[in-house]
Formats: sequence, C-alpha cells, structure tokens
Amino acid sequence: MTARKLIIAAIGLALVALPFVYRQPYHLHVLVLILIWSFAYTSWSVMGRFGLVSLGHGGFMGVGAYVTALLWNHLGVSPWIGIPLALLAAGLLAIVVGYPCFRFRIIGHYFALVTLALSGIVLQVITATRDFTGGSLGYTPERTKGSVLAAVQFVDKETWYLIALLVWALGLLVWYRVDGSMLRHAMEAISEDEDAAAAAGINVTAEKLKITVLSAMMTAFAGALYGQYQMFISPDTVSGISVSLQMVFAAVVGGIYVALGPTVGAVITILLAEALRIGFGTAAVGWDNLIYGVLLVCFIVLLPQGILGSLLARSGTAK
Amino acid sequence: MNFAIFEVFDVYLLEAVVNGILLGGVLALMALGLNLIFGVIDVVWICYAELIMIGMYGLYYAYAVFGLPMWLAAPMCIALVAVLGLLLHYIVIRPLLDAAPINQLLATGGVLFFLQSFATVAFGIDFRNLGIRLPVLAIGDMHFSYARLLAFLAAVAGMVTIYLFMTRTYIGTAIRAIAQDRQIMVLMGVDSRRLYLVTSALGGALAGLAACLLVLQYDVHPFVGLSFGPITFMIVVLGGLGNFIGGFVASFVFAEIISLGGLYSDLEWGYVLAFAFFILMMFARPQGLLTRRS
Amino acid sequence: MLLVKGLVKRFGGFAAVNNVSFEVARGEILGLIGPNGSGKSTIFNVLSGTYRPTAGSIVFDGHEIAGLAPHQIINRGIGRTFQIPRPFRRLSLFDNVALAGYYGQGRHSRAKAQASAERALAVVGLPIDPKAKVGGLGAAGLKKLELAKALATEPKLLLADESLGGLDEHEMSRAAEMLRRIRDEMGITIIWVEHIMGVLMRVVDRVIVLDHGEKIAEGSPGAVANNPKVIEVYLGTEVPALHKLAAASHAEGAPS
Repeated sequence: MTARKLIIAAIGLALVALPFVYRQPYHLHVLVLILIWSFAYTSWSVMGRFGLVSLGHGGFMGVGAYVTALLWNHLGVSPWIGIPLALLAAGLLAIVVGYPCFRFRIIGHYFALVTLALSGIVLQVITATRDFTGGSLGYTPERTKGSVLAAVQFVDKETWYLIALLVWALGLLVWYRVDGSMLRHAMEAISEDEDAAAAAGINVTAEKLKITVLSAMMTAFAGALYGQYQMFISPDTVSGISVSLQMVFAAVVGGIYVALGPTVGAVITILLAEALRIGFGTAAVGWDNLIYGVLLVCFIVLLPQGILGSLLARSGTAK
Repeated sequence: MNFAIFEVFDVYLLEAVVNGILLGGVLALMALGLNLIFGVIDVVWICYAELIMIGMYGLYYAYAVFGLPMWLAAPMCIALVAVLGLLLHYIVIRPLLDAAPINQLLATGGVLFFLQSFATVAFGIDFRNLGIRLPVLAIGDMHFSYARLLAFLAAVAGMVTIYLFMTRTYIGTAIRAIAQDRQIMVLMGVDSRRLYLVTSALGGALAGLAACLLVLQYDVHPFVGLSFGPITFMIVVLGGLGNFIGGFVASFVFAEIISLGGLYSDLEWGYVLAFAFFILMMFARPQGLLTRRS
Repeated sequence: MLLVKGLVKRFGGFAAVNNVSFEVARGEILGLIGPNGSGKSTIFNVLSGTYRPTAGSIVFDGHEIAGLAPHQIINRGIGRTFQIPRPFRRLSLFDNVALAGYYGQGRHSRAKAQASAERALAVVGLPIDPKAKVGGLGAAGLKKLELAKALATEPKLLLADESLGGLDEHEMSRAAEMLRRIRDEMGITIIWVEHIMGVLMRVVDRVIVLDHGEKIAEGSPGAVANNPKVIEVYLGTEVPALHKLAAASHAEGAPS
C-alpha cells in the first residue's frame, strides 16, 4: 500500500516537474489537449459507468465553452465569474433534461436518444444565434495583451499544462470520491433494479439527477477550459453529436469502470489523431476519424470493457 | 390596408402548412425505417442518417457524374443503401446481438464516424448537388417546389409499398407481429437470422429512397446527416420506438413545427422550436415515450 | 398504527383493489391471504408507494401516506420485501444491506447504517462478512437477504411479501419463526402476505382474506378458517388442510 502511494507520488511529481525541464511547445500542446479531454471523458464516465449513457455531453461542453466566452466578449465578465455561471447553466440544463427522464423512467435506448437530441439542440441554438455566437464559423474570446490572470488567458504552454494537470487530477479525485461514496452503491443498485432500489429507501430520481448534474458541470468546465486554452471554439469542436460520441467512445475505448480508463482513452485517441495528422499532412482530413471509427467498432465488438479495463481484469487487479 | 396584410399573412401560413406536410412525408419515411429496425431487431442505428448521406452521394455520382438516367440511378441508389444495411447488420450488429444494448448503440455510432470520414476521404468536403433545378409550382399566390412535391409523393408511394409488403406477405406479417411483441418470434418458429437480414435490407432501402428524395432538394456533404439525424431520432422517440403509427404522426407534427416556426423567423429557429417542443412533450406526455419501454 | 380506509386501485377499468379498509395494531402480525389475483400484492404495492392509490386513505402513525413515493414511505418507517428476491448483484452482501440501512433511514450516517446492517444480518442469520458475495446464496439465503434489507431500514412496520415461496418444509417453519422473533424481540409490526397458509396460520394474530379485490373475511386464524365464505373461495383440497392448521395453531397456543 505504501509502495503504491510512493509510486503515485513519484508519478505526480514527475508530471508537475515536466514543464520545468521539457518545454517543446508542440509536445506540451498535445499534453494539454490530452489532459483537458481526459478530464472531459472522465466527467462523462462519472455517470456513464452506471449505465446512464448520455449522448448529450457535447451539449454540456458547448454550454461551458460558449457561456464563458459570450459573457467575456459581450458583458466583459471575467471567466472567474463566467465559468461558474456557465457551470450553473449546464447544471440547470441537466436538470431540465434529466428530471423528466428520471421521473418517468426513461432509460437505456430512450435516454441515449433523448440526450442525443440535447446535443442537437445546443448545436442548433449556437448556429441559429450566429449574430452572437458566430454560428458554425466559430467564436473567439477577445484577447488580452499577454497573460492576464483575471481573464484566464496565458500565452505560455507551461502555465496551461499545469492548469490542465490540476483540473485533470481534480477530475480523478471526484471519480474516486464518487467511487467511495454511498452514492456509488445507490447508483449501482439503481442501474440494476430501480424498484428494488426505491424499496431500499433510495430516491431514485434525486440520486440520478445528482450524478447527472455533477457530470454535466464537470463537462461544462472542460468546455470552458478548452475554449480558454484554444482561444477558438466552434460548434463542431465543442458541441453536437460528434463531440458527444467522441466522448463516449474515448471513455469506452479506455474503459469506463476504472478511474484512469478515460485518460487512457484520451491518450490513445489524441495520439492517434495527431500521428495521422502528421503522417498524412493535409491529406489526413478524414483519415484519422476513418481509422478511429473502425477501431471503435472493433473495440466494442472485441473488448467491451475497454483497453485498461480488460488489462486490469486479466491481471486480476480490477476493483 | 389592414385587410390586405391579413390576406398575405394567410397565404404564407397556408403555404407553410402545405410545405410542412410535404416535409412530413420524407421525415415519416425515415422514421419508418428506424422504427422497423428497432421494432424487429431491437437496435437503434445511430448511423441511419449517415446511410442516407452515402445514398445521396450514390445518386449524385450515378446521375450527375456518370450520367445514368434517373430511372436507373435511383433504384441503384436504393439497392446500394439496402446492401449497406445488410452489411451493417452482418458485420456490426450480429456479433453484438447478445451484448448490452448500449454497446450496439455505440457500435453503430462508430459506424457513423466511419461513414462520415469515409465520405470526407472519398468525396471531399465540398457541397454537391445534382444540378437539376425543378420548376416551382404556383397556385394562386403560393409557391411550392416540384422537388418537394415529388419527394412527398415518392415517400407516400414508398410507405404504401411497405404497408402492402407488411400486410400481404408472410414475412411482412411476421415483421409486424414481432414489432408488437418480441416474445412471439420463438412461438412462430420464424428464422430470426433471415428475418433480421430482410429487415435490415428493408430499413436500408427506405434510407436509400429517402436519400434519393433528399438529394433532389438539398446539397450533399459528409456532415449532412447531422442536420436531419437528430430530428429523426426525436420523431421516433416521441412516437414510441418501434411504433409505426406513432412515428408517422410525430413526423407530421414535427414537420409542421419546423415549417411554421420557419415562417416567422428562419428555418433554423424552426428546428430549435421543434427541439423545445420535444423537451416540453417529455414533461407533458411521457406516456408517448414509454409505449415500448421494456 | 396503520389505518387503511376505502382503498381502491384501478388499472384501466379493472379494480384490482376495491374499497378495502382495515387496521393494524402496534405489535401485531397480520396475515393477508387470498387466491391468486385477489389483490394482496396490489395492496402491498400501494402501501409501499410503488402504486398510487386511485382512492382511499392510508394513515400511518397519524400521518396520511397515500400517494407518497416509495423512498418517502420507507423513511417514515415502513419496510418491504419482494415476493421474488431482488438483490443487487453488483454489490457485496453486506453493501446490499448497508445501502438499505443508509438510504432507508434518511441518509443520516454511514456508521449508523452499518450498525443497522450488522444487526439485521445477525437477526436473519447471514454472515457479517464484508467480503461475502450475493452470488453464493441459495433460495433461502436470498430470502434472508431480502428480509435483512428491509430490517436494515429500521422499520416500525414490515411488509413481508410471500416470504416463504420456494423453500422446503424445514426452512419454511424456521422463516416463520424468524418473523415471530422479529416481532417479539424488535417490536416490529408485520403484515405478512403468503401463499402457503399452513405456516402463516401458526404465527399470525389476525387474518384478512381477500377475493377479487375485496375483503371477504377478517378475524382470528381459527374463526377465518371456519368462515363459509373463505371455504367457498378456497374450494377443494385446501379446506381440510385449513381446518387442521387452524386447529393446530390453537393447540400450540398462538396468540389470537
């Protein structure tokens, strides 16, 4: 046990120390992307692991990114206030969609399709309000000169790396906190038998809403962070069905029943996309997703527990 | 003066209502295909709209690039998507028949990615169209495009064909019975493998027909599926997954909302309205959503 | 402690429960019997909040509870078991019971939930072992687990739904004995729905007989067994058995 703690501490230290010794901007950029998306995928799996397969998380991510950027550009609200407001908005949206779903027992296929519609709604609203959001052409938060803490804008990759690392670690912490809580037991019970769970005194609707709101707000945070880092957001990159599916897939590829599964998924999918992009150059447009799609189908058919999940199950150390 | 304004307003309203009905026909066709697949095989093809997209490219290439006549190109396109439906079932769904429903859903989502990027790689990201401009039909002050009218009529013809197939043939009757009660399959001694293949091909053929009709009206590009995929899913959910009649009714309700909503602002807001309506209905009439919940 | 008045539950046009009224006194074991489809399970599902009653009132400890959600009813102190055990197979045996202890008591403390779970497991005679799995339990073990989950919610009133189906003679009488002990030692009032009337008649204080959603008889096991209406409902081979058992229950000196 102590050996394990030591290893974790060592890895943590190494991750924190990395940008102080290694500053290749492109590599740091890829690492930041991996960390932000890992956090987003972890956010999804916080609820996805209980059979609540949401295809609406692209919508929550879009809300996080756009609300933050819109407040900054139009009202001059600092992201320090804008991001919490964006999270609140995503939480409210999660309640509006989640409450009827859970109250009226919309589960499985139905839940997936209803949330899929949510992705579509957010995408469509962003496109339709193009006077404010720039529509499908995308949107850029107004730049400050240099790095400004109050605007959460930083020029150097090192700072972003550390921020993303912190947020990613927070995501894992939330995952572990949920894992060790009664809420996890309740959600496992609910995912198996809602009636029996209710007979054990569980308020099924409320518990499902809790985990959904938590997951939605985390995802919105990932969206806001992504927008602040890239300084450019578009409906295609932070909202819509493709993004939702991308989140589900990466989480599934890595394994949703283990804490680091979504992270492994992010590493694999992003490295794959980057490698293809570099390997093929501009000719790669589409090829990365083509291979991605084939891999996903193969994974789901052959390794339903995901890579990390299957490895752990095989070595017998799965929880 | 006021009077005249009202008259103009009414004509536009009527035009929008009729256009809504025309749109509803194509939506109903797509909903029927999805419902058929769900009702019989118990899976949702998330990539349904992408199959249609491939079909649209198929017709574009056959007609506009290779110059085949429409009477040959359209059936070829329908056959192409029907074969795709078969392949989808054979390669992706069949190995997953006993897996968790969510895995089936995700696998077809993987196919969505695959088809989108396949189209990007193979056809590029340019918008393409058939290059035929059908005339506009004027009735009084109202204007309707022939393309829409044609699409509506073809959609109705397609649905009537399916209806006849379902009521007049043995396998059609089996499909209907199973869509209503999946337990029956064992009792009827139906060969489920064959039935699934027939259904998949049929679902594909419906997507192919929808593709032919949509490419008459809209440009095709690799991501075109995203613009009508979500609306199709909302329709089948609201109508009740696997419920043919429900899907049919919901198609026209949605089409009218889009068309009338588009009347007062632009079409995108019609979509936004339709989405809002969907969420509202989930609060108001969840029973509509629950008809086939296991 | 429980007062049910004019309870009606309709499904479409069909009245599964039609104008049923009864009362349960504190510390009593009430048997609820009747042929298949007589409405016993529906009454249970209404009492536990799974179904919303069409009409009528249910007053528990002086408060109206008709129409409350299941978790609210459990938090007021009414626990239930299911006819067919419904364990959570992804959780360990202990976590199954501790979960009910935590949420069934209004999420106060995990320590308290664990204490309740340990007590409940001890009462039903299952191992208090954090590593024990649900998978290893047989029919009798699953019934015990079902009961332990209900007990862990620290109920004042226990709704036991056909707890003995699928058990052999020996297991049945031990389970019946357990219900009596739960009442005697923990002071929990019990409503017991049961198909197998033999054991039930030996343990209950009072019986209510239902038929076609209506109450047709109520009284001590002996009186009910001799009621001509009841005999008419339970035509055939069961009647002599009923007499014999009623007599036996008196001979054993069960409270009535």
